[in-house]
Amino acid sequence: MMMKSRLFSSEARLSDLITAHPSLLALLTRLGISLGFGNRSIGDVCESSGVDTGFFLLICNVHTFKNYVPASPTILGTDMTGLVPYLEKSHRYYVDKRLSHIERHLDAIAQELGGRIGQVFISFFKDYKQEVEAHFAHEEQQVFPHISALMAGERDTTYSISEFLRNHSDIEGKLDDLLNIVFKYLPPQVDDDNVLDVVYDILRLREDLKKHTFIEEKIMVPLVKHLENATKK
Amino acid sequence: MKQRVLIVEPSEVIVEGLKSILEGQIRFKVLEPIADTGALTERLLSSRPEILLINPTMVADPATLRLHEPMAVVALVYQYVHRDALKGYDAVVDIRDSRAAVIETLAQAMPGETNNAKSSYDLTKRETAVLVELARGKTNKEIADALNVSVHTVISHRKNITGKTGIKSVAGLTVYAMLNNLIDESALL
Repeated sequence: MMMKSRLFSSEARLSDLITAHPSLLALLTRLGISLGFGNRSIGDVCESSGVDTGFFLLICNVHTFKNYVPASPTILGTDMTGLVPYLEKSHRYYVDKRLSHIERHLDAIAQELGGRIGQVFISFFKDYKQEVEAHFAHEEQQVFPHISALMAGERDTTYSISEFLRNHSDIEGKLDDLLNIVFKYLPPQVDDDNVLDVVYDILRLREDLKKHTFIEEKIMVPLVKHLENATKK
Repeated sequence: MKQRVLIVEPSEVIVEGLKSILEGQIRFKVLEPIADTGALTERLLSSRPEILLINPTMVADPATLRLHEPMAVVALVYQYVHRDALKGYDAVVDIRDSRAAVIETLAQAMPGETNNAKSSYDLTKRETAVLVELARGKTNKEIADALNVSVHTVISHRKNITGKTGIKSVAGLTVYAMLNNLIDESALL
């Protein structure tokens, strides 16, 4: 693969990785790694945190390199036991941290708008948040147990991952709408500081969600297809 | 360019009065008026006026008059008319209005001046009409019926609306419509 030389390796210092790509900071907790790692290497930090280094690098590489699509030997050759916990933690991070944070800003903007406009504005976001939560709940109740069962070597015929792709709705689209509304169409009397804060938050969340969808569709789905075929035999 | 005004009105007194007001104005050219709606469709298609000034009692639904764009459809009222009956019009001229008020109303109704898209990113009047119906929770089919156009046309307007505003979802467009004062609270479900 062309990009191979640029991808991260386990010998590099974790701090160098973060310095070069600060957005990866948001992944560490979700991957089970706490701050305070000093100058230790990626491999070393992963090992002492009980995180598979291969899996850690795979997620970091996908998040950092735009055109990097891991080939199926890479996916199948990586220990994926951390995948479902990572996706679940990401869901909680998006809902409890990011969306709640955005909601606080939008609440303040809605207060400034006041009246019915303020209500319609904030309820647009609340409806979106509910959609996201329903989307995640479906994955947590249907898809993830299916994967865990397959990984435990069980044959699970109650659900098939092909259903997942058919129903996998777009959760970033409305975030684009929100972004447009917030930075293009709010009346000038709304406090700019608040607007800018929330715009940055939305942009960051949008990028993160895109990668999340990518990981589900390009890593999780091929993996599960493979496991489904393997347990059929 | 002069805005061509087509007056549809049976009363000669009214027609002559309007003509005398408008003909003194450099921005208007008054077309040969017609007294009833019998030949109206043909006239609209052949002369393609920018402003149609018509007595609302003569037509059931002004949307049916919109055969070409841009054209402002302006209601000409003599007495109290229920506001629902004036919904499909771009402006209203009352015959008791002053000379200046009549001119001002027509000037502001003129497409290409204040009502039509100022740049390629502004919504046209037609797109705005579709947006308002969308925000009211109407389906493509219902919008097509209300505006007397095909569903295909509604879909094409919707594509343009999304292209210009950057907003795809109906919920987002509703917020946009409210922020731009295109709909008021009572229009929301």
